Amino acid sequence: MQKTHDHKALWLVAPALLLVAFTAVIPLMTVVNYSVQDTFGNNQFFWVGAEWYREILQSDRFHAAFLRQIAFSATVLAIEIPLGLAIALSMPKKGISVSVCLVLMALPLLIPWNVVGTIWQIFARVDIGLLGYTLNGLGVDYNYTQNVGAAWATLIIMDVWHWTSLVVLLCYAGLVAIPPVYYQAARIDGASRWAVFRYIELPKMSRVLLIAVLLRFMDSFMIYTEPFVVTGGGPGNATTFLSVDLVKMAIGQFDLGPAAALSVIYFLIVILVSWAFYTIMTREDFEPSGGVR
Amino acid sequence: MKLALLSSLLRAVEMAQIDLNNIAHSYLAAPSSEDDFALKKLNVSWQDGGAYALLGPSGCGKTTLLNIISGLLQPTQGAVLFDGADITTSPPEVRNIAQIFQFPVIYDTMTVYHNLAFPLQNRKVPKHEIDARVRRLADMLELSKYLPRKARDLSADEKQKISLGRGLVREDVTAILFDEPLTVIDPQLKWSLRSQLKRLHAEFNHTMIYVTHDQTEALTFADQIIVMSEGEVVQTASPQELFERPAHTFVGQFIGSPGMNVLPCALDGHHISLAGHTINVGCNVTLPSGAECIELGVRPEFVKVTDNNDALPVTVEAIEDAGRYRIARLRFRGLQLAAILPDGAPPPSETAGVLFDADNVHIYADGHLVGKRA
Repeated sequence: MQKTHDHKALWLVAPALLLVAFTAVIPLMTVVNYSVQDTFGNNQFFWVGAEWYREILQSDRFHAAFLRQIAFSATVLAIEIPLGLAIALSMPKKGISVSVCLVLMALPLLIPWNVVGTIWQIFARVDIGLLGYTLNGLGVDYNYTQNVGAAWATLIIMDVWHWTSLVVLLCYAGLVAIPPVYYQAARIDGASRWAVFRYIELPKMSRVLLIAVLLRFMDSFMIYTEPFVVTGGGPGNATTFLSVDLVKMAIGQFDLGPAAALSVIYFLIVILVSWAFYTIMTREDFEPSGGVR
Repeated sequence: MKLALLSSLLRAVEMAQIDLNNIAHSYLAAPSSEDDFALKKLNVSWQDGGAYALLGPSGCGKTTLLNIISGLLQPTQGAVLFDGADITTSPPEVRNIAQIFQFPVIYDTMTVYHNLAFPLQNRKVPKHEIDARVRRLADMLELSKYLPRKARDLSADEKQKISLGRGLVREDVTAILFDEPLTVIDPQLKWSLRSQLKRLHAEFNHTMIYVTHDQTEALTFADQIIVMSEGEVVQTASPQELFERPAHTFVGQFIGSPGMNVLPCALDGHHISLAGHTINVGCNVTLPSGAECIELGVRPEFVKVTDNNDALPVTVEAIEDAGRYRIARLRFRGLQLAAILPDGAPPPSETAGVLFDADNVHIYADGHLVGKRA
């Protein structure tokens, strides 16, 4: 049969190409475009090359925001992943209580970010908030608008409250997917509860845990709405995370060039760290550190 | 504390016999009728060192019975005795039982070595002893070259060997239970694994209980076969006896390929008639009183196709070639029967006659074999 050589096949990929172009490539390239130019309004642009990148990477303001961001994500991951795992492990496996637990777990996930922020902003206020008022009544010096520790604690507890459920649901899905025969074999082999967790549950959950870690890392690393609503980045700059800083720069100061450069750097960091997590977690699927070789 | 004591006690006496006394099991919390029981009341004894098969269709209660022996399930009623000691409520880890499941269970992240050592490590066996046993066993199972490898990288049959190895590595194990272990194994490897099992059985003399719905597997593996149907044991016998004297029409039909011909019949003194036609063999049985359904059972191997005048006239519907032999599908006045044609015999014409082998015609009343009168 004679093969026809034309480019009709391109039409088949065109819709996907267009979609990706408009949703990802064009917006991203617009930002890249801004990041290498300077503008004084009137739609006039001047080429500055890597100037903005150099400026951002050398600025103390970026370093401080970056460190705060890393500290926040690390804390949140360190709490949410083990806690979510523990809750998932202690959840019932069958019966009506499963549905009750799942609905309860899903509730925080249904609340919009800014509403979560508002809830905690009010809840933690020292004058009218249940939490803030009670803590101060008990003699604890708690005021998230003045006290750095209190501001951080509020944001972290809020994030744990909001997002641990996601880790729970993912882990639970991984847990119930383990065939019962593994537990039966482990009982026959005389495995302890810890060994069952270490050698059956954890390896079988490694994939969902990876997803949980990636999602929680990316989300927490890009957190904006909640600190914006609760602390507004304060007290001082204590909770000015990268995204809060970025918005201040772009909208507050209208420094489009540096803000664009920061956006690109931010984007690259998220990709890089996510890739690192992925590579580490899939390389050996939780290689046992001990054990006989 | 109590469990540890019991466990050491059990190990010390070197158990031999397993008895199931009046065992019944229901998966419902409050079983009310007979139908609620997945396993109806039964008594079985397993002698030390025997090779047994539990044969029956899916859902007949084989796995339930197996899990009761291993302790994964607590029976609703009855007692499990290991050499006379009641261990009904003991958990699996103190029972010295190994169980191999339908799908190979391996610990993914562990090496093959660690997989094999795992049951011993859990039982706090000294390290040098673990090492010696694992290496000896790996040699026997032909797994030595895989020892340092990740268990998940192995093929299904090798994984199943690892599960088997985790059972065999415990020297104190009294019985090894197999729950359709060859289901996921390639056909050509099934034979080699099965002969390996037989060899291991000869070597270690463990009691082996093998659950399967595949009659070939059961017949080649076991000395004694327990045929189950709908939660009941219908016959316990050697492969030969199951073939020659099925105690129940179910056994006759389930074992054999094709299964036994089971035809409704009427008895008139010493004569048997099928749909009004008296056949060539007589019978000498006393029917139990009140028997409702009388059937004649004869294996296709003992149905001879002939053109003899005395023969039961049948129409030949089809000839199937089963490779080693041919099966004739026959019909007589609405009754269907099968016959195995002898080698080299010319295919019968459209109408033929059949004769039954007198010694191998059995009479069943309500499904149960009626014994011959002395």
